[in-house]
Amino acid sequence: MKSLLLALCFALSFGHLALAQMTPVQDVLQTQRALIEKSSRRTIGPAIDALVASGLPQMQNVLEVWQGKQMWQRKADGLFLAATKNDDGSYTLQSFDDGAEVGTATSTDLKQLKPNSGVRAMIATALVQFQLSDSDPAKRADALDSIARDPEAALLAPLRASIEGEQDAAILARKTRLERLMSMAYDDDIPTRVGAINDMSGDLGVDFRATLNPILTTKRIVSQTMPEGNIARELTVGTDALPRIQAYDLMIAGGDAPLQITADARDAVLEANIIAGRIADIPVIQLSTESARDRAYDALVTGGLAAPRVTQEDIDASLASFRFFDVYDEPSEAVTKAAEAALAASETRVAISQAADLGLDALSLASIYFLAAIGLAITFGVMGVINMAHGEFIMMGAYTGYVVQLFVPNHTASILIAVPLAFVVTFAAGVALERLVVRWLYHRPLETLLATFGVSIALQQLAKNIFGTQARPLTSPAWLDGAWVINDVVSISYIRIAIFILALLFLALFLFIMKRTRLGLETRAVTQNPKMAASMGINPDRVNMLTFGIGSGIAGIAGVAIGLFAKVTSEMGSDYIVQSFMTVVVGGVGNIWGTLAGAAMIGGFQKGVEFLNPSNTLAAQTYMIIFIIIFIQFRPRGIIALKGRAAGD
Amino acid sequence: MERSFIARNPSVLIFLSILALFTLGVTILSEGLGIGVISTSFVKVLGKTLCLCLIAIAMDLIWGYTGILSLGHFAFFGLGGYMIGMWLMYERTRQIVETSLSEGVLPPTPEEISTGIGNQIFGVVGSSEFPLIWAFADSLMVQLAFVVVVPGILALVFGWLAFRSRVTGVYLSILTQAMTLGLSLYLFQNASGLRGNNGLSGLQNLPGVTAPQSVVSLWFFWASALALALGYLLVAWVVSGKFGSVIQGIRDNEARVRFLGYSVETYKLAVFTLTACISGIAGALYYPQAGIINPAEVAPIASIYLAVWVAIGGRGRLYGAVIGTAFVSLVSSWFTGGQAPDVPLGFYTVKWVDWWLVLLGLSFVLVTLYAPNGIGGLIDLLKSRRKETDA
Amino acid sequence: MNTLLEVSGVTVSFDGFRAINNLSFQIASEELRAVIGPNGAGKTTFMDIVTGKTRPDAGHILWGEKSTSLIGMSEAKIAHAGIGRKFQKPTVFEEQTVQENLMMALRKDRALLAVLFFRPSKDDFARVEELAHQIGLNDALLRVSGELSHGQKQWLEIGMLLAQEPQLLLVDEPAAGMTPAEREKTTAILVEAAKTRAVVVVEHDMEFVRRLECKVTVLHEGSVLAEGSLDHVTKNQDVIDVYLGR
Repeated sequence: MKSLLLALCFALSFGHLALAQMTPVQDVLQTQRALIEKSSRRTIGPAIDALVASGLPQMQNVLEVWQGKQMWQRKADGLFLAATKNDDGSYTLQSFDDGAEVGTATSTDLKQLKPNSGVRAMIATALVQFQLSDSDPAKRADALDSIARDPEAALLAPLRASIEGEQDAAILARKTRLERLMSMAYDDDIPTRVGAINDMSGDLGVDFRATLNPILTTKRIVSQTMPEGNIARELTVGTDALPRIQAYDLMIAGGDAPLQITADARDAVLEANIIAGRIADIPVIQLSTESARDRAYDALVTGGLAAPRVTQEDIDASLASFRFFDVYDEPSEAVTKAAEAALAASETRVAISQAADLGLDALSLASIYFLAAIGLAITFGVMGVINMAHGEFIMMGAYTGYVVQLFVPNHTASILIAVPLAFVVTFAAGVALERLVVRWLYHRPLETLLATFGVSIALQQLAKNIFGTQARPLTSPAWLDGAWVINDVVSISYIRIAIFILALLFLALFLFIMKRTRLGLETRAVTQNPKMAASMGINPDRVNMLTFGIGSGIAGIAGVAIGLFAKVTSEMGSDYIVQSFMTVVVGGVGNIWGTLAGAAMIGGFQKGVEFLNPSNTLAAQTYMIIFIIIFIQFRPRGIIALKGRAAGD
Repeated sequence: MERSFIARNPSVLIFLSILALFTLGVTILSEGLGIGVISTSFVKVLGKTLCLCLIAIAMDLIWGYTGILSLGHFAFFGLGGYMIGMWLMYERTRQIVETSLSEGVLPPTPEEISTGIGNQIFGVVGSSEFPLIWAFADSLMVQLAFVVVVPGILALVFGWLAFRSRVTGVYLSILTQAMTLGLSLYLFQNASGLRGNNGLSGLQNLPGVTAPQSVVSLWFFWASALALALGYLLVAWVVSGKFGSVIQGIRDNEARVRFLGYSVETYKLAVFTLTACISGIAGALYYPQAGIINPAEVAPIASIYLAVWVAIGGRGRLYGAVIGTAFVSLVSSWFTGGQAPDVPLGFYTVKWVDWWLVLLGLSFVLVTLYAPNGIGGLIDLLKSRRKETDA
Repeated sequence: MNTLLEVSGVTVSFDGFRAINNLSFQIASEELRAVIGPNGAGKTTFMDIVTGKTRPDAGHILWGEKSTSLIGMSEAKIAHAGIGRKFQKPTVFEEQTVQENLMMALRKDRALLAVLFFRPSKDDFARVEELAHQIGLNDALLRVSGELSHGQKQWLEIGMLLAQEPQLLLVDEPAAGMTPAEREKTTAILVEAAKTRAVVVVEHDMEFVRRLECKVTVLHEGSVLAEGSLDHVTKNQDVIDVYLGR
């Protein structure tokens, strides 16, 4: 019943409008007709303002159509209409006021309005205030994005107006935050701005700092007296903030001092004044030093043939008669003071967060080193076998993952297959290496090093022959993409968390195998005293083979993990081999906790150096190696050292 | 005294004679001064091989005789190359810059020349300032001294740290490898002052020399042969006497030598430093023949190859080191140079460029397992057979 | 008789295990002394401490007439001061000849350059020959020492120690693995050597110790249990308990 009544009312009013030929939108457009027809970035402003100021709800549609180059003008009566092209090339016309079709026309009857990009940008700005209250949350979010990207004073009012009706909590939070930020920069009322700044003081957001920085921009002013305005500081010439040359250049730029004659300018003048091989009676051949050229130039000056040089004394005199100031662009001192304080507070908190972030980075690098080294901790640390091909086992593991992904496109499934398969492949390779090479060379460690190095060369080249030289991708499952964001500064990618967890798992696995299984017991027995172990019924051959295989297999799994974030190449193994050995040696051979400590120390140190010198990761590695060499001076047996006669030579 | 040394070591005389004949032969067959059977580029290959033999002798002294498997001697080799390369590059660039500036109206000033050279040399790394380490690049004498002094000092400092803390065996090997890695990563930076990964180039051009490359290459070939002869003589003399007994004692049982009252660390340090200096000289002769040096040359892998050559030749015998190096590096350049014919197997064609390293790696495993004394071991075996049949 | 070596209150522990526990011990300048004790009594560790291989946690080791402290000196310096050591296993340089082995051990300047420019004189060869005679290897001078028999290697090592002309000789189980005839000869060499210097023999074998006819020190759990002639200590109840078990 009610709806029927409403429908009736609507129909009546509609009829009434149609009857009276009420076309408010068209009317507004017609008042701005001249501006719209010849639209340009400089002139269109008032027209758009007028459209928005009319307060008509249809204006959003008008602006969108106009922006999309869909607005046409009928030549016959000059009316603005929305037009859509039909298949036969004609256009269907629509009225802006009620959306009704008002006939068709051919392109000759019509004139398209083509706003240029500058105008379209202005239309977009005008549209934002409509979009802020759009019923579609996505459109509202888009509008916020566009404001945040390109804030303008004019948008503050519509933003504030839209906050009240906002229902969506997330968008409301964003609107409120944006409103605070824009208040700082654009509000007319100084106490409001200071209040907004103080409210957010110490905030970690990049947007907050990005808002404060423009408030604090300064201009450098050269003046003989105290300048007008909000002065940030006065500068002393000759300090780091204002070197002499820079100060003098400022004065030249301001027209307050004469140009210095550069060496090139001087030489040009000299060359222009050569008369019969002489310049001011000085033979050209003698001008092979700077001071000789200066003398010749001075002679020209005396003869009135060149502008006098600016001497150091001249510069000093000029500099002494002027003062140098940094003046805030922002006139209000209260605002700049509050902004300085707020920024300082933020920066302190950012520094703390960065330290935490660095800690996380170091932790994840340490996990990577630990992963790469844990296989070595078994083959080298426990068995004492130097396996230079260990890095190639890591590479084999990574390529196994790559090959699996060729056949199994689902990334989650492929990784689940790749991990055990990589273990199997490198376990087999390890057993083969132990049987064929290593076992003949026990107690000849240097020769083991060389023989396994031969294997390493061969495997690397083999991988190059099979897979080519370019890097192969090993893609992580989608659920490992992205990062755990703690705040705007501190975040850690899921894949690094996964590697950290994997490292912990391996540690547990290692401890379990060594301390809780028969194999671990036998391994420890064989490495301590093979003859005794053999006489107690342990087969040292079998134990060595299995232990070496397990160490190699773990390297294979580590390879899959490393391949997920690094490129899979035939040379990836050699990137890790030296670091891995260092990790084991620094930590203390024969002790898994030592390897853990070694990885933590090397990872932490390297990240620390990178933090101090972020542009140069190569230097960080060089310093790390020097550090290790010096570290070994103090703890030759590593962080966790075995003591006693057993550890001796 | 010296006569008795030669008399006690007939192999030294044999080696020197062969080397002299070889040098003479190459000169006669060369393009530059002889009948032109051997091309200039091959003369360079042979000259470079002689330099590699020289560093192999150093390697044999430190590894074969003293028992320290250093995986870092190519770092010293590279440093030697860099030191001479700095002078070659500086001096040649200076001549080019001076020539081009003298075409101007005004005679060039020292400042203009220095800026010009700086721009030419460091333009590739976006700089024109001379780093401090180039302070003496204009002096041939100083840079020649640096060829020996810089590797020597690095070896002295590193060796002192390592030996003092009693790092031995494989740990020392890994540590020397880390040293090489550290140095090569350092050189890769543009900030190192040695043109980052561009390295130094154009080293084959001797400044102020107008003789053609075919002749210059022979000069370097002779210099390399002379250096090898002197190096061989020096090392053979060092290992022949009581010093040789002591360092071989260190190799076989370090503790025993220590309890005999010898300061083992001092001996190791001395040998390490001496071999580093020899390596520096070898590098300084090698890179002008190669024409270019860059940080990749210093990478740890090169030093490991060095160990491979010496092992294949047979360590603990100087001629073994020379034979192994000459053999493997020449065969290596034959295979990787694409001169070796491909082997079609029907289903697959074996390209030696791709498969040579696989072969080398595997043959190295085989040598270590079955012929730990290398080629030199075979010669010893033949000698002892001869003795037996004589007796 | 003046004291050559004085060890007092020395203690060493490895990971909590006290290998040497408050050991005190003296040797006169011309004396043959046997040190015996069951496994783990600290005999070898005692030698390690005196020769500078292991650093004690506490105690003093004083050496010679000037009573210089040996703690903190390097192995080479201690060897220089006049202490020679023979290892349990024969350790000679197997790839070098007997002559080279002995020549290296001869008491000469050990400095690097002196060694580098060293060329043996006639006297040096004569001294080597004399030493070889003393240890019964005069026929084997030019043989590579790796070819020698086990007993010959032991003698060569003793010969190398004698060549050093030390004031104190520490000999670790010289008779292990020797035939009776070889033992007898070893005994003779050691007794002869002890006439001009102090010799400390660490030995397991009671029969061998008896032949040495010297003062005996019994170690147990890192300290001295008894000291005196062999007959005296074998009557000691503590020693009997330790050796035969209770």
